[in-house]
Amino acid sequence: MDEASAQGPINREEEKDDPLIIVKDLHKSYRRGAQKLTVLTGVNLSIPEAQYVVFIGPSGSGKTTLLNLIAGIDKPDKGKIIIAGVDISTLDESRLSKWRARHVGFIFQFYNLIPVLTAYENVELPLLLTHLSKKERKKHVLAALKVTGILDRAFHFPAQLSGGQQQRVAIARAIVTDPTIIVADEPTGDLDKDSAAQILDLLNYLNRELGKTIVMVTHDPRAAKRARKVYVLDKGILRDQYENDLSWT
Amino acid sequence: MKIPYQYSVRNLWNRKLTTVLTVSGMALVVFVFSAVLMLADGLKKTLVSTGSPDNALVLRRSSTSEVMSTIDRYQAGVIATQPEIALGEDGLPILAKELLVLITLNKRGTSKVANVTLRGVDANSWKLRPNVRLIIGRKFRKGANEIVVGKRIAERFEGCALGESIKFGQRRWLVVGIMDAGNTEFSSEVWGDVDQFMQAFRRPVYSGILFRLKSRELFTRVKKRLENDPRLTVIVKTETQYYKEQSELMERFIKIVGMVLTSIFSLGAVIGAMITMYSNVANRVVEIGTLRALGFGKTSVLTAFLLEALLLGLIGGLIGLTASSFLQTITVSTTNWKSFSEVAFRFTLTPRIALSGLAFAAIMGLAGGALPSIRAARLPIVEALHTWE
Repeated sequence: MDEASAQGPINREEEKDDPLIIVKDLHKSYRRGAQKLTVLTGVNLSIPEAQYVVFIGPSGSGKTTLLNLIAGIDKPDKGKIIIAGVDISTLDESRLSKWRARHVGFIFQFYNLIPVLTAYENVELPLLLTHLSKKERKKHVLAALKVTGILDRAFHFPAQLSGGQQQRVAIARAIVTDPTIIVADEPTGDLDKDSAAQILDLLNYLNRELGKTIVMVTHDPRAAKRARKVYVLDKGILRDQYENDLSWT
Repeated sequence: MKIPYQYSVRNLWNRKLTTVLTVSGMALVVFVFSAVLMLADGLKKTLVSTGSPDNALVLRRSSTSEVMSTIDRYQAGVIATQPEIALGEDGLPILAKELLVLITLNKRGTSKVANVTLRGVDANSWKLRPNVRLIIGRKFRKGANEIVVGKRIAERFEGCALGESIKFGQRRWLVVGIMDAGNTEFSSEVWGDVDQFMQAFRRPVYSGILFRLKSRELFTRVKKRLENDPRLTVIVKTETQYYKEQSELMERFIKIVGMVLTSIFSLGAVIGAMITMYSNVANRVVEIGTLRALGFGKTSVLTAFLLEALLLGLIGGLIGLTASSFLQTITVSTTNWKSFSEVAFRFTLTPRIALSGLAFAAIMGLAGGALPSIRAARLPIVEALHTWE
């Protein structure tokens, strides 16, 4: 019996109508010299639209790799990743770049803002890959900065902003193109408690009020509690999944 | 759409020290590169503009310069009867029989000597070279031991100022006038009565015969007739062609030496640019990963980094050109290897040299930036973001 089937009912696709993200029998390994490092083994899952899910697990469990594969910045060795009806594992690099620009918003642990560009210019970056005019881009950028509550810092450079403010700019950059999914890799990992809570509130707002589909990786139990659904990975295998009781929020 | 150009510009500005050092290297190379071209062009311009396309010069066959040429009085008489020669107001042909002799004179303020061209001329010589103007004093008198010296000779050689005298041909010659022929070789000559020079140097022959053509179209006809005349063993060139040939040897030498120097320097500058760009890429791996994750393609990243390298080159190029433009105020002198005479000339910055300098700078920038930019574009996103586990 292989490991994927050994996972039993947990790894079966969720039986929901038209899931937005479908992951089928996903395998990924890396080569480090002569050594082959298996990171994911036969992962299956499906995520409906407007869902807020979190991948948790110990270091090396493969959660970030799974996030990268769903975001289309890495390619699986085997298996399918179907997002909004498109099997992104079959796209070549150029098409995958265009797909990411249109469908994925990224939030990183260390914000990954371009230091030489202002907050406004950072948020505008993904829009440069669209056909929007400068005037339309401006409208979108200001709206995204307003939603994330950082409009008053629009013309500050990242070095002039606090960690929490930088992450707000990064979130504005992630939502400015109205992407199909938002992927967040440890978005509160570099923030103090208060800033982290504010960022998590903002992500909840994006999911509940604006209907954004969010896929997040975290080590932070407080962050994991905010998601509607939690997937637990260990040694590259999806071990468990459960829904959070969000009545407290 | 591409990554905004502000990204490249501000990255250079943010890393001021490395930018300044790399740009300085580029500027130095462009300075040397354009200085060499300016030197070669200045020399060429000086020698070529010395001649007039309306004048034809007759020299002994196989002579490469007037110094080597001899035309005897009989041959001079035959040449003077050609119908293509323009006539003056007096009805006589505008033709000058000239003698060229090299002497050595002491340079002012040093113990060094240099060759100076003496040109024995007659009255028509002034008419044939209207660009030669007397600026101080008067012309020499026929039959007298008097000379007129070029402005650059007067400035640079002992005994050549107005009223001073120099000794050659076992006589003492009084400087009675200073002439200026602009940026031409005549400004580096000494003129005197051709008959007096022939006597002083015991020369029974002229060096060359210069005459004005009735029209430029007649040149081929007179050339063909004179060169095929069995009484003569001569070649006929336009004066412009003659001086152009005079400049070619030195121009080529300056260019070869200059280009070898420039190539060595540019290799250093390219390596400098490459180190800077590799360090820029290494410092911005996460940024590159982020840009690629956001959807910017490899070509966009490549273009952004190449633009940065191009800017390094162009800024260096502009600084190098600006610095080299100041060389135009300097007059240099050297020996013309064909006539063995001292020729003074100026560095000349032309639009062609400026464009070549900038193009060279751009190529250096791109050459230095190519490999690092390719590396940046080819970085795997996941590796660049350090987000694999």
